Amino acid sequence: MVHINAIIEIFPDLAKGLTITITVLIGAAFFGYLFAFIAGLCRMSSNVFLRKFTGFYVEIFRGTSLIVQLFWLYYAIPMLFGIELGSNWWAGVIAIALNYGAYMSEIVRGSILAVANGQSEAATALNMSRFQRMRLVIFPQAIRMMLPEFGNYSIQMLKATSLVSLIGMEDILYHGNIIRSTNLSQAPTVYLLVLLFYFILALPLIFLTRKMEAFSKKGVASG
Amino acid sequence: MIEPIVSFHDVHKSFGDVKVLKGIDLDIRPAEKVAIIGPSGSGKTTIIRMLMTLEEPTSGDIIVNGTNLWKMEKKGKLVRANEKHLRAVRGDIGMVFQHFNLFPHMTILENCMTAPLHVKKEGKEAVKQRSLEMLERVGLSDKVDQYPSQLSGGQKQRVAMARALVMRPKIMLFDEVTSALDPELVAEVLQVIRDIAKNDDMAMILVTHEMDFALDIADKVLFLDEGVIAEQGTAREVIEHSNNERLQEFLHRFRA
Repeated sequence: MVHINAIIEIFPDLAKGLTITITVLIGAAFFGYLFAFIAGLCRMSSNVFLRKFTGFYVEIFRGTSLIVQLFWLYYAIPMLFGIELGSNWWAGVIAIALNYGAYMSEIVRGSILAVANGQSEAATALNMSRFQRMRLVIFPQAIRMMLPEFGNYSIQMLKATSLVSLIGMEDILYHGNIIRSTNLSQAPTVYLLVLLFYFILALPLIFLTRKMEAFSKKGVASG
Repeated sequence: MIEPIVSFHDVHKSFGDVKVLKGIDLDIRPAEKVAIIGPSGSGKTTIIRMLMTLEEPTSGDIIVNGTNLWKMEKKGKLVRANEKHLRAVRGDIGMVFQHFNLFPHMTILENCMTAPLHVKKEGKEAVKQRSLEMLERVGLSDKVDQYPSQLSGGQKQRVAMARALVMRPKIMLFDEVTSALDPELVAEVLQVIRDIAKNDDMAMILVTHEMDFALDIADKVLFLDEGVIAEQGTAREVIEHSNNERLQEFLHRFRA
């Protein structure tokens, strides 16, 4: 049963995990977008090595499980190669960023390729350089296609942050598990509240995604 | 004799195994208005696309203002032009496309202002002034703050012309600019081209299916057939006195 008293008791304990969940999300989102842009652009490079290498990265990280990647980064790689990422915060952030960066790089690439060829030609006819064509014409249109997708992936990244509880980070889920293990009968209340926490955190992201969808609709219709 | 502003010397172009152009020789003088006519697939558009650097010739030379467009000198040898060379040579050329290709994320005014601001690095006020003048000239002063998606096809094409004119090209290329328009919108676009042809001293090359219009404004008409210039001359010479059977047949189809 879910009791009001229990909720009042559990709530502050769970809230202790907010900082970790939110900072991991922000870190993962920042690096995730960064990796997405780097990998997305590299996959369109004229350099064969760069293209193959990023293709390899994308397929490996899309094709394997995030939890396993997280364990590799946190447990296996430090042992095998002596590379320490510094802390479990960094291991969590980088694992989520690499994984979602791989997915989102396809969005970056796809969006840039989806901008009609005529746009680049018109820019060439106005004597723009390759860089100007990208910066002034292609990219602003591509980003409008990317934004709603990025919003969706941000929500997914928020949910993925719960995995860092498995490498000993004290996020919302970690605190929830602690409470439950000391007080088994509270399991329904605990996990209901955990869900609620994630949902409330997701609300601004959902709202932002809607905003970005509306923004995208303006000014991408064929010119 | 005035030096030509554009010359083609034995220009060939193939797409894979398909030979589209089989030796084009062509001189265009400053301010000359040239219409290229001919059946679909004869390579008309390819000629101006190569001049705009959108398509690289398979062989031959294109000379613009005395400079080889697609080849540059390097250590005394002619090599394939790089981006920098292409940019330096194509600066005097402007183009209007069949499908307008306006930038959908920019307002009409921004469409006109972007290139002079960023490519020519001109001052913002001067560019704005000139853009507004050009938009007035094409009759769209009341649309400057709208987006391309809010305009009709004819209006879009007029914006595209203003956008090209703001760059003050010496050579303007028109690639079947009325082909994608609803019939009732063709006249307004042709009117703007006629105005440019009359009042500006730039060279113009029009690839067109608007036969009467082409013959009306062109100093020179080229009939392109199966990858070669099969006939050329003034409009009168080409229309009335040519013995070329394919040309007569082609014209007949349009007159029918």
